[in-house]
Amino acid sequence: MSVKLKDMIQSPQIMSSGHRMCAGCAAPPIIKIMGFALRGPTIICNATGCLEVATTIYPQTAWRIPWIHVAFENVAAVASGIVEGINAMKEKGRYKHEHVDVIAIGGDGGTFDIGFGSLSGALERGHDFVYMVYDNGAYQNTGIQRSGATLPGQETTTSWAGKAEPGKRERKKPIAEIVAAHRIPYVATVDPFHYRDFITKFRKALEVEGPAFIHAFSPCPRGWRSESSKSMELAKLAVETGIHPLYEIINGDEYIMSAPSKNLTELKPVDEYMKLQGQFKHLFSPQWEDFRKQVQEQVTADWERLKKKCGIA
Amino acid sequence: MSKKFNEIPMGGNILEPGSAMQYKTGGWRAERPKHTPDDCLWLKNGTCLLCWIFCPDNAVKIAEKDGKRTYAFDYDYCKGCGICANECPNSCIEMESE
Repeated sequence: MSVKLKDMIQSPQIMSSGHRMCAGCAAPPIIKIMGFALRGPTIICNATGCLEVATTIYPQTAWRIPWIHVAFENVAAVASGIVEGINAMKEKGRYKHEHVDVIAIGGDGGTFDIGFGSLSGALERGHDFVYMVYDNGAYQNTGIQRSGATLPGQETTTSWAGKAEPGKRERKKPIAEIVAAHRIPYVATVDPFHYRDFITKFRKALEVEGPAFIHAFSPCPRGWRSESSKSMELAKLAVETGIHPLYEIINGDEYIMSAPSKNLTELKPVDEYMKLQGQFKHLFSPQWEDFRKQVQEQVTADWERLKKKCGIA
Repeated sequence: MSKKFNEIPMGGNILEPGSAMQYKTGGWRAERPKHTPDDCLWLKNGTCLLCWIFCPDNAVKIAEKDGKRTYAFDYDYCKGCGICANECPNSCIEMESE
């Protein structure tokens, strides 16, 4: 897979301007970078979420490739239906394309929580499709409610921070590892800042036979109370602080750390990531000093665990 | 948008791809990016292009023809988020008030 700038300029953009995503949202760049990795005709299934709501306000659409909207809970089921539908039509000789890639896209709410059952089912049945989650850490579209992807200490409208609570107390679901436990051929975590890494991984995901899963990290200036210009900086910091390490899991047990994470000699303190966001502001008050340290310990422990799995001492 | 019931495509499908182009989001902007070409790596030697890759609104218009490279912002769609100004390695882009 070539990731040369010259080829990227030539390749068509799958999403047009004029969509109504917030200024500074990282989801449109994720879709744009994903578009560079496509290899032919593609069908996108999109679960309800910011991306779906803001890109297709009737009677307009920002998508330039076939796209279908489905409910929060069944995007993986619909994607598997499309894959099997194409197979059935091919057998009857009623389909003109040789191969069509099917991609399912869900937000973190639709993947970590609501759509998890259908995702797990589709992975178990082993249809040949790619599932991508763009993880912005809460149900940002419906008003910033906490989800399974919300980080500990994050303030949302259903986990308010104050004198009694430091925001969400529970930890984030390790979705990539949960999905890898289905023993599917390919799982990877990506972020838009390291776009070359993203393109290579996404192409790999399309090329494997059977289901593949991509976990993309997507900063949200509206919900994270961060500056709109800092979205890509936050995506970079998430990798550098170990909040969203980049790795691949092949066949469920072979862990490979990707270059941007592997080349880090030492993790940056999580404080640097938190300082840029208003949703972690309360953690810097003396009352929640200990909680912040706990979050740091948790991130470091997860990082060490991951390094051990990847065989890096 | 005022279409009769029998003029709407079946299932409410949208038949024209990328029709959101009709909606100009430039009005959302509070700050406008300004490009100074002096140190721009794209104009100099055809590399970098971080602003183009990271722009959420495809509002950075670049072109290369016969070795000549151009660079412009599409102010019809730019929402003024400032990602381009923040990511530019040589600080060629500045945000100024509308």
